[in-house]
Amino acid sequence: MRIAVASGKGGTGKTTIATSLALSLASESPAPPPIFVDCDVEAPNAHLFLKPRLEQGQPVGIMIPVVDEARCTYCGKCAEVCAYHAIAVLGQKTLIFPQLCHGCGSCTALCPEGAISEKPDPIGVIECGTTLEGIDFRRGLLDIGKPMAVPIIRELQKLIEPLPGQAVILDAPPGTSCPVVAAIRGADYLILVTEPTPFGLHDLRLAVQVARELNIPAGVIVNRENGSYLELEAFCRSNGLPILMRIPFERAIAEGIAQGKTLVEIHPEYAAAFWIMFRQITDSQS
Amino acid sequence: MKIILTTTAPNIDSDVDPRFGRGAYLLVVDTDTLQVEGHPNPGVNASGGAGIQAAQFVADQKAEAVISGDFGPNAFDALKAAGIPMYLYGDCNTARQAIGRFKAGRLQQVGAPTQSGHHG
Repeated sequence: MRIAVASGKGGTGKTTIATSLALSLASESPAPPPIFVDCDVEAPNAHLFLKPRLEQGQPVGIMIPVVDEARCTYCGKCAEVCAYHAIAVLGQKTLIFPQLCHGCGSCTALCPEGAISEKPDPIGVIECGTTLEGIDFRRGLLDIGKPMAVPIIRELQKLIEPLPGQAVILDAPPGTSCPVVAAIRGADYLILVTEPTPFGLHDLRLAVQVARELNIPAGVIVNRENGSYLELEAFCRSNGLPILMRIPFERAIAEGIAQGKTLVEIHPEYAAAFWIMFRQITDSQS
Repeated sequence: MKIILTTTAPNIDSDVDPRFGRGAYLLVVDTDTLQVEGHPNPGVNASGGAGIQAAQFVADQKAEAVISGDFGPNAFDALKAAGIPMYLYGDCNTARQAIGRFKAGRLQQVGAPTQSGHHG
């Protein structure tokens, strides 16, 4: 069972939910402790809560083109086929803009002179480790100033090889753009964490559209609930989105999280609640 | 002399468009005859690399100078590599005005990118 936690809006509590779900499965489930993947590679923070012992990181890069000026005839084919405008052929000069290159290899494959080779351009690292509870923790970390998160998330996805019965929990980045799609693609179920505010609902609507497009069944967790927000209830009902859990707006929770504690450490009774929720999700999908 | 300006419409009395990569039109001008040809900017809707696409267009046209309100780092590098001098509109409002000042040598030439680029 591969469960992704996403939200649309940032700061709704994705990491709070994902880390507490992982700890709950580790303590309540008879299966091996889950694999936890922090896909928010621009600002990963799940390690602050799960406290894994991280091992040496493995570098991740994309292959970017290098032009052999001696063989280049400045025909412009590479610039023409580059979907990302990462190459310009300007008179007697072929210019490459590595920060725009997606590493697709089209220029290398289609250069009629065979003048393009490729070299790896490091963009970040993947770090793995184990927590005290036995959670198999991985995270990606994008180098500062690098604009492209997706290749690291794809690499994280490739490394996921669960044991039989072992759950996988993916903590997605905020938003609904390419990195989110890369993080949730292939998930069996999507938990959308929202807050009962107009902003939360607006971005939840977008996130639900992404889930539909990718054909991933989804349910909602309402975080920081402070009275009932009828529009959110109506949206979930009319879109067939089950409300999986409601977490109250509570000072004790905020204080605990500010101290680096997870929800299940602040209120241990949530472990059973997450375990029940997990089984409901697996039952509904089997 | 062939120069290119970024404008909001494809004619010589058009307002200037201060954006290079995402300006609406690239106006190709013959400064001797004042004949113009307006081309929709190829980079207007690009998700990234708009400045590079516009610079590629300017280089392909073999323009000898380019005038806009701003040149980002990618556009600057590309135009510099192509050896095409870049000039700024300053307080010019229309293409005609800018062409006049260019011919009089009264436009500021750019020696470095004028903004830090856009991402996302």
